[in-house]
Amino acid sequence: MDENFADVDPMVYQSRINVPYSWWAGDTASGFFIALRDEKKIMGKKCLRCGRTYVPPRKVCPLCFTENAEWVEVGDEGSLQSYTVCRRQLASLPREAPVIFGLIRLDGADTALLHYVDEIDPEQIRIGMRVKAKFADERTGGIGDIAHFRPAK
Amino acid sequence: MDRVAIIGVGMTRIEANKITDTFADMVWEAVNGALDDAGMTIEDVDNVVTTSNDFWDGRTISCMAVGDASGVRDKNVSCVEGDGAFGALYGLTRTLSGSYGTTLVTAHSKGSESVSSLITNAAFDPIYERVIGMDMISACAMQAMAYLDRTETTSEQLAAVSVKNHGNARYNPLAQLPMEITVDDVLSSEMICDPLHKLDCSPVSDGCCAIILASEERVPRYRGKPVWIEGVSFCSDSYFLGDRELSTAPSLTRAAERAFAMAGITDPGAEIDVAELYDAFTHQELMWLEAMGLCEDGKAGSRLENGEFHMDGRLPVNPSGGLLSGHPVIAAGLIRIAEIVKQLRGEAAEHQIPNARRGIAQGVNGLCGQSHCVWVLGKDD
Repeated sequence: MDENFADVDPMVYQSRINVPYSWWAGDTASGFFIALRDEKKIMGKKCLRCGRTYVPPRKVCPLCFTENAEWVEVGDEGSLQSYTVCRRQLASLPREAPVIFGLIRLDGADTALLHYVDEIDPEQIRIGMRVKAKFADERTGGIGDIAHFRPAK
Repeated sequence: MDRVAIIGVGMTRIEANKITDTFADMVWEAVNGALDDAGMTIEDVDNVVTTSNDFWDGRTISCMAVGDASGVRDKNVSCVEGDGAFGALYGLTRTLSGSYGTTLVTAHSKGSESVSSLITNAAFDPIYERVIGMDMISACAMQAMAYLDRTETTSEQLAAVSVKNHGNARYNPLAQLPMEITVDDVLSSEMICDPLHKLDCSPVSDGCCAIILASEERVPRYRGKPVWIEGVSFCSDSYFLGDRELSTAPSLTRAAERAFAMAGITDPGAEIDVAELYDAFTHQELMWLEAMGLCEDGKAGSRLENGEFHMDGRLPVNPSGGLLSGHPVIAAGLIRIAEIVKQLRGEAAEHQIPNARRGIAQGVNGLCGQSHCVWVLGKDD
């Protein structure tokens, strides 16, 4: 069957589904982003049953099936749980490769935050190293209000 | 658990780009293959479960696009969004309910028709994470980095998984990427996201699989050779990557424990003859072996180098070539099940593991192996 197609361009229908969304952030994420934007503070939400502090904050504790009741400020510094250096220009990348992604467990948080790592040579990165948030000069209430994490001095 | 067998399997070749087939065409091929294998007609099928994903197919209610090809007219048909192993689990529960004596399960995708990076990026939370721009490859690379760090597994050991599986694919006519390669070939292939090279990653493929389940009572009516479902379980880890210890797979450990217990297995390393695991990336084959207790934590890499998981080793893993040799998302887990069926029937031809009596198949859903579905299958005696 394939021989029939040797000199024939297959008929291909190009399309894209254009499905714009607008999500309401909800009270929990709003609290987080407002603190980032207006005060350069990183807030977590704490479950009073198990004592875990979630960053980014969640309404519900996934372990306890309980509403996380308490806002807690966590540090802007923490340890790098893992990372990768994305070298190929994958379609999902919002900027030019190489891009360094990391999971950062901030001091006081029990979960890690997904973000960028920058201002460091990729060869120098070590799991467990201390990193610190660099806030964006222009903050609009989104995860980009933290520009990236860089080595803590 | 009442006894249910798989009595028919059908699958397409796994290819980079099936230019002559729509996804419904693939389902038509796989379903007819399963019916012929079972010696059944579509009238013998009591109900249908299709497995697909709207994003991968590019249409909502994607299951309905393959309705005609899976013979659903006048039948009860339901859909599972996710990996085919989970679709099969739903099909199993429908059969066990007693309402349906036979169940057809299909699973398909055509990776060639979309941009996988954009689709897997969409799995990330839109409020906190999606805009950062990760996808399945970068997320799994981050997992691999954590695994190498914690266990001191080496990049050479990861590469050995790729060498083994592409090598095994030479004996599977349905595999997309049979290759005779070396560890150096893998290490010198393009570094996509540290530490994963191109040859550490599975391709994004086109393919489809269909299986037919039958209750014990219905099995004798058809000529399809039964393979019995001895144990099955599924477990899910946290959704946010930051909530998880990425270098471990506790949900797989739990799913495996339950599936083995159901099957009466007390020493999995000794009692399992062949395994088809979800090797979307080289490090994951090693992680899944350890998480299931098929070898000690952190030791899979060195045991692989000793040949333990080769086709002539103590526990052959992925004799089909695995996902590294061809990865149609969604279909992948169902293909693992179908491959074990072939092994236990003695129908795996050139990639047959001699005297295989009991095998395991694993399906995965979600980023970095968030959810796992483990199947234990046994030969008909």
